[in-house]
Amino acid sequence: MPWVLRGLREGVVTTPYPRRPDGYGESFRAAVSVHRQDAPAHGREIVELCPTGAIAIEDDTIFLHRDRCILCGRCVAADPARFAFEENPETATIGRRPLVVPPGDGDEEGLVRLRRDLARRVRAFRRSVHIRHVDAGSDGSEEWEVAALLNPVYDVQRLGIHFTASPRHADMLLVTGAGSVGMAGPLRRTYEAMPHPKVVIAAGVDAASGGLAHPTYATTGGVEAHLPVDVYVPGSPPSPFSLLHGILLAIGLVETGATR
Amino acid sequence: MTTAPRLLQVDADELASAVAGLVAEGARFAGLFATAGDDGATILRALVAHGGSLELLAAQLPPGRRHYPSLTPSIPAASWYEREIHDLFGVVPVDHPRLDPLVLPLVGTEPPFPRPGSGAEGGRVTLDCSPLPAHVTGEGLFTIPYGPVRSGVFEAVEYLVESYGEDIPHLRTRVHYKHRGIERRFSSLPAGDGVLLAERVEGTASVAHATAFCEALEGLAGVEPPPGAGLVRVVHAELERIACHLDSVIRHTEGAGQAVAYARLTLHKERLMRLRAQLCGHRFARGVVVPGGVSGPPLLGAAGALDGVERLEAAVAKDTHALMQTPSFLDRLRRTGLLPAEVAVPHGALGPVGRGSGVAGDVREARPYGRYRQLGFRPAETRAEGDALARQVVRLDEVASSFRLVRAALDELPRAAAGGRWREEVPVVDGIGLGSAEAPQGELVYLVEVSAGRLRRVKPRTASFHNLALLPQAFRGDILTDFVFIEASFGLSMAGAAG
Ligand code: SF4
Repeated sequence: MPWVLRGLREGVVTTPYPRRPDGYGESFRAAVSVHRQDAPAHGREIVELCPTGAIAIEDDTIFLHRDRCILCGRCVAADPARFAFEENPETATIGRRPLVVPPGDGDEEGLVRLRRDLARRVRAFRRSVHIRHVDAGSDGSEEWEVAALLNPVYDVQRLGIHFTASPRHADMLLVTGAGSVGMAGPLRRTYEAMPHPKVVIAAGVDAASGGLAHPTYATTGGVEAHLPVDVYVPGSPPSPFSLLHGILLAIGLVETGATR
Repeated sequence: MTTAPRLLQVDADELASAVAGLVAEGARFAGLFATAGDDGATILRALVAHGGSLELLAAQLPPGRRHYPSLTPSIPAASWYEREIHDLFGVVPVDHPRLDPLVLPLVGTEPPFPRPGSGAEGGRVTLDCSPLPAHVTGEGLFTIPYGPVRSGVFEAVEYLVESYGEDIPHLRTRVHYKHRGIERRFSSLPAGDGVLLAERVEGTASVAHATAFCEALEGLAGVEPPPGAGLVRVVHAELERIACHLDSVIRHTEGAGQAVAYARLTLHKERLMRLRAQLCGHRFARGVVVPGGVSGPPLLGAAGALDGVERLEAAVAKDTHALMQTPSFLDRLRRTGLLPAEVAVPHGALGPVGRGSGVAGDVREARPYGRYRQLGFRPAETRAEGDALARQVVRLDEVASSFRLVRAALDELPRAAAGGRWREEVPVVDGIGLGSAEAPQGELVYLVEVSAGRLRRVKPRTASFHNLALLPQAFRGDILTDFVFIEASFGLSMAGAAG
C-alpha cells in the first residue's frame, strides 16, 4: 500500500485537548496533592522520606513543593490519607510560588502583577507562537516529551504553535534540564538573540529546581539561575499534556493551572 | 543475579600492559574509571569482559601521584575514558595522544585541585565554554561548529567539523555542555535513593539503568528478586527498547523527508508511551524497578497488557515492513555512516552499533540477568555491512524480538506471580558490586561501591559514552547532509554520554 493511503487509515487521532479534556491525559499521575494539611506525629519521617526535599512542614502544616517533586510516590504510599496522586495534567503555573500546594496566603498582589505583565507581553502570540527549545542539562526524556508535541496526537501546529531553529524568530524559550554550568553561556546567548517581547518556560522539575540531579559542582538548580522564568511545568519529565498546558497558559489561551 | 566480579590488583605502571595482555588473549576492554581513595590516593579500575564474565583490574596511585602510563597507545578505546579521568581527577595518562578536555574544560591551564571527581566538596566549577577550542589553529584549517543549540528538539552537544584543506574532514564531539556531575550526586544520596537517580542518568533508558543499578546492590547482598518481578522487569525493559529503537527510525524518516512514515511511526511511539504509562503510571516506567524486585504487577493485568501489546506489535510490524520496501528511503541509509568491523571490533562497539558492524554480544545472552534465559532469549543476528541501514535492520529485528519477549513474559506472569511477592528486602552490604543490563543503546554496567552503608562511588558505564567515541570514525568521507542519518543510526543519549 502506498504511504499516502497508509496515512489515511487511522481516521482522527488528534487529541480534543484543549477544547475538551482528553481521557488518556487524565489516566496517569501528573502531580501529588495534599489532602490533609495537619502534620502527622511522624512528621519528620515524612519530610525525610522525600528524596528531593519537596515536603515541608511549617507550623505543623504540610506544604508540598511541586517544583521539586519527582512523583516517586513514596509519600503517597506512606500516608495515603494526606498525599494523593493527581491525574489532571494541567500542572503548569505562572510564576513559581503556585507550585507550592496547598496555596498559602501569600503575596496575591505579586501574582496578579506577574499574570498581568505576562498577558501584556503575549498579546501578539495568540494566533501563532514560535518556540525555541534549549536543553540545559536534561536527562534526555524531556526532549522526547517536547518532540511528542509534533506527533499527530498532539499536533500543536493546529493551535498555531511552531518550533523554530532560529532564536531570532522565536517568541518563546522552552528550557529543559537542571541548568548545567556548561549550558549557561549558550542559554544566555539564545535568550539574548530573541526579539522582544519574549517568554521563558522552565519545563520539568529539573528546569524548575534542579530536581534530583542537583546539587552538584556542575548544576545550578534550574533555569532561574540564568534567566527570568515566566511559566513552570513540573513533572519528571512533564508529559506532553502538561507541556502543552504550559505553552497555552503562557500565551493566555487557557486560564489557570493545577491549583484550580 | 550477577556473580561477584573478579578483582585483580596491579601496579599503576603495569596497568596498561596488564590490560593489553588480556585484550591480546581475546578479552574486551569495557571501560576505565577512577575513584578517590583515602588521603588523596586515586584508584584506577579497568573493566574487562572475558567471555561471559567481567573483571576489574585495580591500580592505586599513592597520594600526590598524578600520572600513570596511558592505556590509549595500546588500546585506543581507552582514549575517552582517560580524558574523562583527567578532567575529573586531574590524573595524567602519560603518552596519551590527544588529551583534550572532554566533560569538563576548566578555565586555565592548571586547574584547581582537588578536582570535582575526587569528592572533596568544592564550589561550583567555571567552565571554558568558548565557542571554538582555542588551541585549534594552523594554516588551511577551518572548523565548522554545529551546536550545542541545534535546529530541532535535541539534547545539547556540539559537533565540530575540522577540515584541513582537501583532506577528509574530521569530526570532533564536545559533550561537556550538559555534563551534570551526576556520578558525584550518587555519593550524597542514601543508598535507597540511588535507583531514583539511576533512572535519570540517561532518561530514555530509565528501566535499564534502574535494573543495572539494582543488580549491583542485589549482587552485593546475595538477593534474587522474585520470579514475577523478574518478568515485570523484562516487560518494561523491552518496551523501553522498542521506544528507543522506534525513535531512531523516526529520526531517519524525518531526515529523509518521509512525511507519512514519520507521522505513522510517531503515532505508534506515542501509543507505546501511553501503554507504558497505563502499565505503571509513568510514561518512562520510572519507579517500577526497585532494589529486590519491582513496585508491583502491571496495572492493566497481564491479559489487558497483552491485548495492548499485540495491537501495537501488528501496527509497528506493518509500517516498518512497508518502510523497508521504500527504495528512496533505503538509499539514504545504504553505505551511509560506514563503521567498518576493523574499527568496531577492537573498540568493542556496543549494542546495535556493534551488531551492525559484525560485533556480537548482548548482555541478555552473555551474562543473562533477570528472566531472559528462561524466556529463551536469542540475540539479533549481526550484520557485516556496518552502515546506517545495517544498524536499522538490527534495530528492527530487535523490535520484533522485544515484542515476542514482552508477550512471553506476560504469558508467564500469572503463574510466576502466584505467590504475590514482588520484591525482596535488600540489605545494604559493603563492597564493590557490578550490575549490568542490555540497554537499548547497548551494554550498560554499573560499578557500585558501598562503604559504611553509603554509596561511596557509583559509576554508570553507558554504551552512549563508549560508542560516541566511534562517531567520527563513521563520519569519514560522508557528506554533511548525511550527518543526520549517522547520528540517528547511532541512537545515543547525550545525557548518558556527558554524565
Ligand atoms: S512523590 Fe514527590 S513529594 Fe512525595 S516523596 Fe516523592 S518526590 Fe517527594
